[in-house]
Formats: sequence, C-alpha cells, structure tokens
Amino acid sequence: MNLSWPNNPITALSVKLGLTVCGMFVFAIWIMPPLYDAFCDITGLNGKTGDKYEVVDTAVDTSRVINVQFVATNNEGMPWKFGPEIKQMSVHPGEQAMINYLASNPTGNDMVGQAIPSLVPYKAANFFHKTECFCFEQQALLAGKDAILPMMFIVDQDIPEHIKTITLSYTLFDVTDRFSKDELLSMAHDGL
Amino acid sequence: MAHGPAKGFTRWLYTTNHKDIGSMYLWFSFAMFFLGGMFALVIRAELFQPGLQIVEPNFFNQMTTMHGLVMVFGAVMPAFVGLANWMVPLMIGAPDMALPRMNNWSFWILPFAFAMLSSTLFMQGGAPNFGWTFYAPLSTTYAPPSVTFFIFAIHIMGASSIMGAINIIATILNMRAPGMTLMKMPLFVWTWLITAFLLIAVMPVLAGVVTMMLMDIHFGTSFFDAAGGGDPVLFQHVFWFFGHPEVYIMILPAFGIVSAIIPTFARKPLFGYASMVYATAAIAILSFVVWAHHMFTVGMPIAGELFFMWATMLISVPTGVKVFNWVATMFKGSMTFETPMLFSIAFVILFTIGGFSGLMLAIAPADFQYHDTYFVVAHFHYVLVPGAIFSITAGVYYWLPKWCGNMYNETMGKIHFWLAFIGLNVTFFPMHFSGLAGMPRRIPDYNLMFADWNMISSVGAFLFGAAQVVFLYNVIATIVSGKKATDEVWDNPEGLEWTVASPAPYHTFAEPPEVK
Ligand code: HEM
Ligand SMILES: [Cu+2]
Repeated sequence: MNLSWPNNPITALSVKLGLTVCGMFVFAIWIMPPLYDAFCDITGLNGKTGDKYEVVDTAVDTSRVINVQFVATNNEGMPWKFGPEIKQMSVHPGEQAMINYLASNPTGNDMVGQAIPSLVPYKAANFFHKTECFCFEQQALLAGKDAILPMMFIVDQDIPEHIKTITLSYTLFDVTDRFSKDELLSMAHDGL
Repeated sequence: MAHGPAKGFTRWLYTTNHKDIGSMYLWFSFAMFFLGGMFALVIRAELFQPGLQIVEPNFFNQMTTMHGLVMVFGAVMPAFVGLANWMVPLMIGAPDMALPRMNNWSFWILPFAFAMLSSTLFMQGGAPNFGWTFYAPLSTTYAPPSVTFFIFAIHIMGASSIMGAINIIATILNMRAPGMTLMKMPLFVWTWLITAFLLIAVMPVLAGVVTMMLMDIHFGTSFFDAAGGGDPVLFQHVFWFFGHPEVYIMILPAFGIVSAIIPTFARKPLFGYASMVYATAAIAILSFVVWAHHMFTVGMPIAGELFFMWATMLISVPTGVKVFNWVATMFKGSMTFETPMLFSIAFVILFTIGGFSGLMLAIAPADFQYHDTYFVVAHFHYVLVPGAIFSITAGVYYWLPKWCGNMYNETMGKIHFWLAFIGLNVTFFPMHFSGLAGMPRRIPDYNLMFADWNMISSVGAFLFGAAQVVFLYNVIATIVSGKKATDEVWDNPEGLEWTVASPAPYHTFAEPPEVK
C-alpha cells in the first residue's frame, strides 16, 4: 500500500495504537498511584490515617470508651530508640487526647527520621483523627540528642459500634540521606 | 517481486521478510528456552536433596529469578510472536506483515535485551535475586546494583512486544485477503488479535512499574517506599494488573494453535468456532478484573477477597467452554496420533489439570494456606509447560514441514513427546503434594519431610531436559536431511497456509488468494 498519511489505514491504526500505549504508560505512573492513594483514603484500607484534622464537632460521647493502643517499631537499620510514653489509654469518642512518643538518637551522627502510621482495624482508620502529629513531618535529631514527640488525636463520634479497640502503629524510617547538612541543622530539635 | 533472499549474514540483519523474521524469533526463543532450562536444572540439582550442596542461597535466588524472566519474556513470548510472523500472513492471505521495517526492529532489539539481562550474572553483587515478580522494596531498597540493567532490559523487551503487537493488529485488520471476513479467520489469528490488544494494554504498565522502581532507586521518589509516603502494596497492584493479563498473553495463542491442530487430526471441523471466539474475548476482558487473586494475603477487606475470588472463578467458565469444544471436536472423529496431535491432546488434558489447581487457588480462604508454596509452582507450571510450551512444540511439528519443506522424523517426534510428557508429570505432579504439605517456594534448602517429593521432581526435570535435546536434534535433522514434504503435508488440513508450496516460497500471496 502506497497511500500516505493520513489516508493510509495502516499508519492511521498504528498511530492510534501507539497513542493507546502512551496512554497506558501514563496511566500506570501518573494515574494508578494517586488513584490507589485516593481509594485507600476514602475506604481507610491499608490502615492509612489521614492528614491534619480540623475539629468540627466537639461533643464528647461519654457513653462509650475506646481503648487505644500504641505500638512503635524501627524499620531495618534505624538505630534510634523510639516508643510511646504509655502503651495504651482509654478515650471517649469526641474527646481530645494526647500521647507523647520519645525518640533518642544514640549514634554519633546527626540523623533524620520519618514515622509512618498504620492502624487496625482498617474500618477505624477514617474515624481516627490526628489534630497534631510528629508524623506530619520529618524529625531531625543531632548526635546523642533526644526529643519528646507529641501526637494529639480525636476518635470520631461516629465510629462503628463494634469497634472497641484501636491499635496505632508507627514505623520509624531513617531518611537522613534525603537531606543536606544545612537542612538537617535547621530542622533539628533543641533536645530536652 | 520474484527475487529471493539476499546472501550472507546481512540477509538476517536487514530482512523485512515475515518468514525470515519469524524464523529468527523462533530460533531465538529456542536458545532462550535452553538457557532458562539450564537455570531450572541448577535449581532442581540443588533441590535434589535437602541441605545446601551445589550453590549459595543468593545464587539460587538469582537462578529462580532468571529462570522465570528468561522463560516468560525470552522463550514463550518470542516463540508466539515468531509463530505469528510466520503464520498470520499465510493464514489471512497477506503478502507480508503490515509494518515490515518495524518488524525487523522489534526482533533485533531482543538479543540486546537478553544479553544485558544475562550479563548481570557476571556483575558485582550478582544478577537480580528478587524473583520474576520483583516485588518492591526487595527489588529497590534491597536489590543488587545490577537491578538497573534488569530494568532497562525489561524496557527493551516491553518495547519489542509492543511493536510486535501493533504490527500484528495492523496486519490482521488491514491486510486480509478479500473475502476473509473476521469470522472466517482461523482461530490462531483471532487469539493473536486479542492477545495483541492485551499486550498493548499491559506492557506499558510493566514499563511503568519498572520505571517507578528506577525512580525510587535513583531519583529519590517514593512510589513504593513507605518512608517517603509510598506503599509497597501499590507495587503488587500495579505489577499484577500487568501480571494476570500477561499469563493470558502466554496462553491465548496456545488456544489458537491447538484449535488448528485438533481438527486436522480428528478430521472434523472445529466444534463451536464462534463460541471459541467469544470465549477468548471473554477471557481477555475478565483478565483485567482478577489481578488481586495473587494478593489474597496482603490484607484486603472481605469485600475485595470475595470480588476477586468470584471474578477469578468466572474465568473458568469460558475456559471450560474451550476445553469442551476441543473434546467435542475429537468426539467421533477419525483420529490419528501424529506428534502435533499428541502434544495437543496432552495440552487439553494437562492444561485442564492446571485450571483445576487454579480454581483451588482462587478460593480465597484456602489460598492463605497454598499461597507462596510449591502448590502455586505446580499450578503455573501445569498451565505453562503443557500449556504454552506444548502448544508451541505442537505448532512447530505441525508447520515445520511447511517452513522448511521437509518432513520431520515421526518416531523421534514420538520419543520426544513421551519423554517430555513423562518428564513433565514426574517433575510437576509431586509439587502439588510438597506444596500442600507446606513447602515454601523459592528456597534453596528445605525440611526433611519434603525430601522424597523433591528427589522425584528433580529426576523428572532432567528427563524433561533430555527430551528437549531430542527436539532440537529432530528439528535440525529435519531441516538438513528430512524427506521432502508434500504441499498439503497432512490429510486434507484446513487453511490458506496449505495452499502454498512446501517449503513456503520467500514471497507468498503477492496476488491475494481467493477465499470461499
Ligand atoms: C482457570 C484458570 C486459572 C485460575 C482460576 C488461576 C488462579 C490462580 C491463582 C488464584 C493464583 C495465585 C496463587 C497464589 O499466589 O497464591 C495463580 C497463580 C499463577 N497463575 Fe493461575 N489461574 C488460572 C490459569 C492460569 C493460566 C492459564 C496461566 C498461564 C498460562 C496461569 C499462570 C499463573 C502464574 C504464572 C501464577 C503464579 C505467579 C507467581 O506468583 O509467580 N494461571 N493462578
Ligand atoms: Cu492470575
């Protein structure tokens, strides 16, 4: 066939197929990940907790008590000491509560850590609101220093009846190599 | 148009002839089949007995990874593309592929991709060792430095497959002889058309997922790194969104091949042609909504488990339609059992066994026990070895006389078949048992209780390997010194490919044939 573009049906078809290929590539990199995050956000799947929460309803439901447990782990190779001040507390839905985590950097190097939350049961993820959290940003600790990391949260009044216990887990990652020395110094905690 | 092929090596380098390119694809895939087979024999040799005897655990992991990658992307996929190159134009009465220059390119980038992948075996830190499924962060944070070469190799293989797929679609949709309507096309052409659309849809997703890995490793993004807000489970979703359609890419053309062979040797037309076409399309569409059956244990909500369980089971309905049609084609046929037919019948029986173990795995609560055990290994080898590999073998025996003009040695073909058939079952059937007993996959050493099954599997593997040497010898002997074949080769076979001379002339159908 010696027809030239755009009359050649083979060329026209190939161009369309080529565009589909590009479209699927874009879909994989730029659409699937945000779609996945949005999906997890909406459904609370994966135990992902949300970003900073603005309080809308301050009524405290004293008829119910939710037991909140705190767990902390270090990701592989993270040498900090890291853990909650208390292992669990009981709160009423709607009540503003606070817990401190303690972190210390026993090494001789200045380091940056990032805590990543995860929560079970998944169904509770959308009913656990953080109004203040050290996990919203990275934490820098100079060599040998330690810090108190506060987290404030509210359990939603609409949390399903059957949920009596929530377990919140933080995993601490070493992200030092993502920051320059200057950035690290400007972020660093003053220590206790 | 009456000129023949050019002389010398440049004939192969510059060729745009679909038959030359088809042959190159087939030889390349044959070579990769032996390379991947060697890796498999290293695995089986190590697993012959419990304990570590031959290789280091890290090298063992490189072997499982390279075996999977080479077999999937180097042996099975290029073999099907090679068959498509040879047969699609002949079957639809076209003079060549629609995009001959691109055809040359899509073949010639493949050897580079696999040279790059294989070279990682000699690099510092060794070859990729994270399994053919390359789950992040195992394949990012904890990967050997050679992972970057792996990523580029996958990019090139993907580009090759995509170009091949575009070419095949363009050929089928634009180059059919007058009168060759869609519903008159041989099933091999139909299944390849649908496979090519699957390739177009998911190979870019594979390219995407390795690109995301590349960025995580070298450019500081965190698609799959929880520390930066990413999610390792996302990797599995994206990978299996490619991965499940990929397993159908490796089986749909096989359906087409046996649908060509069984009617010839049963001497009856294919039963239920239209239902075959619709079943193939249904399988292809459903294959996009079942991917998470590979992820039942990652922590999905119950609704997700149920959805993916039912959707997966639904796929076995059109698959069952096909098996029924093949059996019905043979029913009351006057059957003969030449080598291609033996491989095709074994295909129908053994692929069905693989389908049944697939159904067992699809039961989400049961999969919690089976997942990541040898039971899964048994399942996918039953669908891939007697599925994809046997169909390719059957196709080679069936069409080889047309390609080279000589008849293969039937006795040797039968020896090949029986060795392969016994070897395969001895290798993979015991894996069902070791798997159900709890033997994890991808381990170099195992509990004593699995010793007997493993020893049997290893013996079978070497037998299967030996069978393939017979195959190679038979193919070469046929080309070099086989008896002349007739133009029809078989007893009244259906299809335009049998209307041209044996061997098929360098240029065929310069004038479109008459299609009744
Ligand atoms: C009736 C049809 C089928 C069903 C219901 C089915 C179901 C499944 C399920 C549920 C798994 C996941 C098991 C696990 O990891 O725990 C699986 C794995 C697998 N299947 Fe199938 N399958 C079917 C057909 C096929 C076909 C036709 C192929 C390829 C030709 C195939 C290739 C594979 C492969 C390669 C894996 C393992 C991937 C890996 O983890 O490395 N399956 N199958
Ligand atoms: Cu699958």
